[in-house]
Order: sequence, then structure tokens, then C-alpha cells
Amino acid sequence: MTKKIIIAGFILTLAAGMVAAGSSITIKGSDTLVRLGQRWAEEYMKLNQDAVIQVSGGGSGTGIAALLNGSTDVCEASRDMKEKEHKLAEQKGITPYRISVALDGIAVFLHEENAVADLTLAQLKGIYTGSVTNWKEVGGPDQRIILYGRENNSGTYAFFKEHVLDKEDYADHTQTLPGTAAVVNAVAQDKNGIGYGGLAWASGVKFAGVKVDDTSKAVLPSAESVSEGHYPISRDLYWFFNGKPTGELQKLVNWALSEEGQKISEEIGYVPLSRKKAEANMVK
Amino acid sequence: MKRHNFKSKSKLLEWIGEKFIAINALAAVLAIFLIFIFIFKESIPLFTDSEIQEEVTVERMTFKQEWYEGRDAKYSWQPNSEVPKYSLMPLFVGTIKAALIAMLFAVPLGVGAAVYSAEFANRRMREFIKPVIEMLAGIPSVVLGFFSLIVLASFLQSTFGFVFRLNATNAGIALGVAVIPIVFTVAEDAMTTIPQSLRDAALALGATPWQVSLTVVLPAALPGIASGIVLGFGRAIGETMIVLMASGNAAIISGNFADSIRTISATIAAELAEVVFGGAHYSVLFFLGSLLFVFTFLINLGGDYILGRLKERYQGRTL
Repeated sequence: MTKKIIIAGFILTLAAGMVAAGSSITIKGSDTLVRLGQRWAEEYMKLNQDAVIQVSGGGSGTGIAALLNGSTDVCEASRDMKEKEHKLAEQKGITPYRISVALDGIAVFLHEENAVADLTLAQLKGIYTGSVTNWKEVGGPDQRIILYGRENNSGTYAFFKEHVLDKEDYADHTQTLPGTAAVVNAVAQDKNGIGYGGLAWASGVKFAGVKVDDTSKAVLPSAESVSEGHYPISRDLYWFFNGKPTGELQKLVNWALSEEGQKISEEIGYVPLSRKKAEANMVK
Repeated sequence: MKRHNFKSKSKLLEWIGEKFIAINALAAVLAIFLIFIFIFKESIPLFTDSEIQEEVTVERMTFKQEWYEGRDAKYSWQPNSEVPKYSLMPLFVGTIKAALIAMLFAVPLGVGAAVYSAEFANRRMREFIKPVIEMLAGIPSVVLGFFSLIVLASFLQSTFGFVFRLNATNAGIALGVAVIPIVFTVAEDAMTTIPQSLRDAALALGATPWQVSLTVVLPAALPGIASGIVLGFGRAIGETMIVLMASGNAAIISGNFADSIRTISATIAAELAEVVFGGAHYSVLFFLGSLLFVFTFLINLGGDYILGRLKERYQGRTL
């Protein structure tokens, strides 16, 4: 008899828990942004005891698909929505509302012992489209260049393709890895490897300085060079909502854009927005 | 005093019990049919929708295409490109390469271990080996994938000097580790059920223990061993997590086993989460899924057929 009571009690608690969790905020999307989203969620929940926020990754494409399917409140994305996705949103009656919450530089990772230190945008394009295949063509040793990249649902993949490769295809032999951390790990173990990814992740690899062309100065990615606009490969990181956010969502995004929120983003390695820009982005 | 008609009561319960169990069995068969029908249904737009056919057709998926004017025709899998490219050949080749390496690695080890365990090991040894190898089957495939990504890849690269760190051999060996317990269990069971009288007769005729194992027991157990190999191959073809993490996921066709590969299962796993519902990419991924399903089904069918023939030959039975 007591066993039955215990089991019944357990099931009821689970059910109650599920009902309570029904009023939570879901954040899905970019693997580049997921660490920031998780940190913000943690801190926000500490300040607001009855807020429940669930954060998961999966790639910008996955997040946008979830927003269009109505299975998430906030979509984190490291790229803007494509034409196709805007059309689909119209069809489904979703109005995407975009807020830029942080800046990011896409760093180019090289193995620490690689002799090459800088690359021009043209060289990067050549390397990643497969027309440059040997390190000696860019000033390094006579070794084959091993390309590491992201899967094709990644916002980082899409951004790099649009801005560095000028929309051309990546080389067929680019090895695709499931996240920037995996790319960093792969390059850290491969002397002839090259990879790209969000600035906030690197450890065990060195950054390549990026030059706009042969004559300009090489710029290393960092919080300053990105927020001042010197680093050539930088982008906004977005949060998409369905329509202008109100209530809890509005509180959350305004807090993320506040001094407190932006300081947290700086602490964990992302590039905060300038105060002016952050104020402008808040939802009134 | 009431007279209970036991007969008719128990007959009803019997009938209910039988039908209930039959429904459960049929439900399993129905589930397989329904899964296949659903997957294939989602890929039908490839053949019927004209908008999708502008982007991809079966012909374009199978043969080399000149994607851009003036450049060589080639096989290419780049679904998220200005010109979406959906060649399936690199994926097929990749899947087969990984499965082949897995079988080359797993069959000698699995069958060898089975021969040792069934024929030569003493009872204590066997009671130790059998559960330990079967524990290999309990290792989650994501753990095997992680292990091969971090440890095995570096080891292989430093031993063999591979150009690519994540390649077909890396994934193939990890797949082989996942397949060994399947081959081992089935082969070992097949060999222990060979009657002892067969072995005794051979020994009595003057054969050495080795000769008994290789020339008498192994052929007699061949149907079982073959079935184990077929099951293992089916597993190797469909395994996703290991190849997703350890193979490099580069869609290229090459004869070199030290090059990266992209398998069908890894492609579906990596790309399905983000496709636009109902688009060409979506249909192609479901088409790949149904091809995988059909291929595995045919392998199992073929395996059953081989089993039947081998059983006829070596055991004189026809079932």
C-alpha cells in the first residue's frame, strides 16, 4: 500500500513539474551563441527566481526552423535569415523580429607551430575553395593544407561562405565538424590544419592575422578589433523573436542588452555592443 | 449448487490471449511497414513535384554533372550552395568504404575469438571472455565515436602518417569494434551447438584439435557465422554516431582508405535538423533514408538466402 502511495506521489510531482515547466522560455539555435545564451539564462534565473529558461544549440539553421515551427520563443542565430526562410515565415504567419545582441569575429585558426602568421582574404578564399592546396603557396612549409569547417546547417559556415568565399562552394574535401570547439580541437591536433569559427572558443591554437589585401596591415581578432570594426571578418549575433517581444521576453532581452548583460558577454569572450548600439537595440 | 461451465470460460480466455499476442506480433510488422511508407512518402515529391525537379532529379543525383559552365563534370554534394548539388555517389562510396573496413577488422577478430572461445578455451576462460566481449556491445556508439575522434585518430596518424587525421580507416576501425560483439556472439553460439559427437568422430579418426576446428566444426557452423557477418554488416552500414564524429564528413570519392568519407547516415543526421520542410533538400534526405532502409533490408534478405543454401550444404537441412 505504501509503495503505491509513493509511486502515485512521484507521478503527481512529475506531472506538476511538467505543468510548471509549461511557462518557460525556450531559446534554441546557434552553436556559436549557445554558451552566451546559457550564461545569460543562468544569471537571469538567479535574479528572477520564477523564470525558467531552457537553452539548446543545434546550429542557426535549426534555430530558425524551430522559430518558424513555433517550437521556440527565441532563436539564436549567427547569421541573418535567408530569402527562403523569410518566405516560409510569411507562409506560416510568423513575423521575425531581429535584435543584435553581441558582436563576433570569425577567427581563422592555425596550429601553434604553423610558420604562417597572416593570410589575406584572397588567400583564405583560395584555400577554402580548394584552388590553393599547399602551405608553401602562402609562405609555409611544403605540406598539404587540411581544411576543417562546419556542417552546412551552421550560421558560421554560411557567414564565412558569403563574406570570405563570395558565395562559392567550399572545397569537396573540407572536413566538416559539428561545432567550433570541435574545429579548434581538430586544428590543435593537426600541424597542417586550418579552421574557422567564433572568436570566443579558441584555446590551443593560434589566430591568423587577416589582411584585407597584400598591402594592408594584418589584424588579429580580438574584442577591440571587432568592436572597432578593424577586423575584416566580423558579424552581428542575433536573437530572433516572433513579433516584437513583450512581457518576460522583453524583460529578458533588455536585461541582456543592459550594462550587466553585456559585461557578462564580455567576461566569457564575446564582443559586447557599444553602449550606444545596445541602448538603441532595446525593446521599448 | 451452481454448475460452472469451465470449458467455455477457458476457451474464451484462450482465444483472447492468442489474439492479443498475435496483435502484438503483427504490430511490430506493421510498424516496420508504416515507417518505410512514411519515409518513402516524404521522398515522393522528388518524382512528382516539378518545382523540386528543377533543383534535383534522379539523373542528377546519380551521374557526374557539369555544375558550372566550362568546369569539369564531377560528383559533388553541396546542398546549401548557390547551385545546390546533390550527387549521391560520394555518399554511397563513403558508406561502403566504412562498412568494408569495419568488416575486414571485425570478422577475423570476431570469428577468431569465437573459435578460441568455443573450441580451445577451458570453461573458466570461456566464462570470462564471452561476457567481456558481449560488454563491447553495450558501449554507446557515441562513446566509441568520441574515443576514435580524440585517441584513435591521433594514434593512427602518428603510426601510419595519414595525411587526413579523420578518415575512413579511423571510422572503420571504431565501427569494427562496434561490430565485433555481433559477429562473435552469433558465431560462438553457432559453434557451441555443433554436437560434440562430430568433434569426437574427427578426433577418433586421427585429426588434431586444430584440424577438427578448421575442417569439421567451422564448416558445419558456417551458416551461423555467415548470419553473424551479415548482421554485423547491416549494423556497420547503418551506424551513425561513430562515422559522424570520426570520418571527417567530406563527400569525396577516392580509392584511398586514408581519405575522409561522408556516409549516408551521417549526412542525414547532420543535415535533417535544419532543412526547409517540403523542399528539395528535405526530399533528398528522406530518399537517402529509404535507400538505406531498402539496402539493409536486401542485405538481410540476401543473408537469409545464403544461410538457407549453406544449411542445405553443410547440415542437410532445408530451413
